Amino acid sequence: MTASPAQSIEKPAQDAGQRRTVVEAKKLSLTFQTADSPVYALSEIDLQVEHGEFVSFIGPSGCGKTTLLRAIADLEQPTAGSIEINGVSAHQARLDRSYGYVFQAPALYPWRNIERNVTLPLEIMGMPREEREERARKYLELVDLAGFAKKFPWQLSGGMQQRASIARALCFDPEILLMDEPFGALDEIVRDHLNEQLLKLWDKTRKTVVFVTHSIPEAVFLSTKIVVMSPRPGRIIDVIETNFPRDRTLDIRETADFLEIAHRVREGLRAGHSYDD
Amino acid sequence: MIARLDKWCVAAAVLGLTALLFPPVAGGRWTDGPEFLGAAVLLVALSGFFAWKGVTAFWHSATLVLLVIAATAISLGFIHAIGDGMTTGSGFWLFNLALWAVAWRGIDGIAAFRSTNPRWQRLANLFVPAAFGLWMIYLWEIAVVGFGVPQVLLPAPGMIGDRFMGSLDILWEDFQQTFMKAVLAGYIMGCGSGFLVAILVDRVPFLQRGLLPLGNLVSALPIVGVAPIMVMWFGFDWQSKAAVVVIMTFFPMLVNTVTGLTASGVLERELLRSYAASYWQTLFKLRLPAAMPFIFNALKINSTLALIGAIVAEFFGTPIVGMGFRISTEVGRMNVDMVWAEIVVAALAGSAFYGVVSLGERAITFWHPSFRERR
Repeated sequence: MTASPAQSIEKPAQDAGQRRTVVEAKKLSLTFQTADSPVYALSEIDLQVEHGEFVSFIGPSGCGKTTLLRAIADLEQPTAGSIEINGVSAHQARLDRSYGYVFQAPALYPWRNIERNVTLPLEIMGMPREEREERARKYLELVDLAGFAKKFPWQLSGGMQQRASIARALCFDPEILLMDEPFGALDEIVRDHLNEQLLKLWDKTRKTVVFVTHSIPEAVFLSTKIVVMSPRPGRIIDVIETNFPRDRTLDIRETADFLEIAHRVREGLRAGHSYDD
Repeated sequence: MIARLDKWCVAAAVLGLTALLFPPVAGGRWTDGPEFLGAAVLLVALSGFFAWKGVTAFWHSATLVLLVIAATAISLGFIHAIGDGMTTGSGFWLFNLALWAVAWRGIDGIAAFRSTNPRWQRLANLFVPAAFGLWMIYLWEIAVVGFGVPQVLLPAPGMIGDRFMGSLDILWEDFQQTFMKAVLAGYIMGCGSGFLVAILVDRVPFLQRGLLPLGNLVSALPIVGVAPIMVMWFGFDWQSKAAVVVIMTFFPMLVNTVTGLTASGVLERELLRSYAASYWQTLFKLRLPAAMPFIFNALKINSTLALIGAIVAEFFGTPIVGMGFRISTEVGRMNVDMVWAEIVVAALAGSAFYGVVSLGERAITFWHPSFRERR
């Protein structure tokens, strides 16, 4: 284990209580140069994500929530401002493999079976074979796919594929999990189930999660902090902290607290829209 | 009642009965050849029976196919036994029309065969194209022999077969010279260099502007112009033919690989970027596997191009062995059956080569949507 690039899944308990900034964006702006006119995707974003938080970006399409996530992942280059991950640049953080990214689509490689898809990052990082296989076993069990290691992605349902892609993002034990509408293409029943599973994973692994969604119930249910964004130019209009217990279940969606926060998110989104007109 | 009769079998029975009214040999009688008469009577009887009974079960179709096999054998014996100066009569051709109807119905029945045992199913699937091919050869044989087509224009398949079996040693030498040496060497070098240059073009983008047009130019060169030059450069033996094959196979491989390397999706590439993967890791873990369907396309195109290239190149100077050499000399000596025997060798070798490449494709790109259903 000592030679591996990452440690075991269970973090030491003292980590949880400690406040430590993992993501810090200051005056972050990002402009896409298109043929006719520049598109202001992000404008003067200030954001802090603490260790162990579950942060959701919510907003209508075109509000830059995905762009912000991609800027954190160093998949987009900001045009102004700064962004730091654990005190280093996003670029360095990517080279340090400090985050696992879950895309909108599972992006599993069809020529690899599920096990070898999950071990792909470990192969890139040069982990020995036996350890890779052990990790794959462990994380496939974690996402309830233990019996499907030898199946090919196209033999699995969409929800199972997305779970495999989450296992792939977790298996090299990155500190941060970046998720870009991972359940957007799934039906609501599967989505609820995966949301619950994701919360359990988050609770168990003590990871920092940054999650992009356009579903209000999803954002409220999952998050410790909800970042409400509005489009043209993409900016943050509200940051809402929630205090639900870490081991919450879907039942909390019926509580008054939940509905109140959902209401505040909806108000925020509406305000963002009226500004646009 | 009439609507329930099997149409093809009715046609066969009617045609067969009509055939019996006309002489099978011009100026002859059916009774002159008892075997052929027997075949015709059996044909009429069986097709009449199945017209009434209907072709529903597998054994019905199988019986019809067996009837066709027996009848074609007798018909072939009959037509080859006709002496010189005599020609076939309309009875013979009507008989074959009836046979055609029966064959159609029988093969139709076997094509509809469905079995849960995959081995039987595969056998039935293989039978249909094979039967079709054999039937075409039979028609070719009776047409050439029956109408007395000069063998310089078109030899009968039987004659080509005799020549093929009688010249196995020469054909084998030619095959070794042309296929085992020129084609395989040229194919491996042409495809290999096309592939490597594609990687180079991908790694060094400015080469894309320089090398791709150049490769395009080379592939546009006419083979009849290039082949003599290659003979002057590399000598008479197989090396010059391999050089022609290299020129023909290089460009399809280059273009297909370059295109294939761009075939991976954006998400798949960003995934590797998020792992901070190197260029070579991205190439081997993602871009080459994603390019495989394109690369196999090039390998398949090239498998037939290579054979054509090598055979044509041998028209421009070669030692006295090789498939192209044999074709060009034997056609000059009017030995058209030998030319056809070489064509058979080329067809068999080309199909086998293509088949082997296809098998490799299926094994490696099994994940591609076009192959998934078959797993």
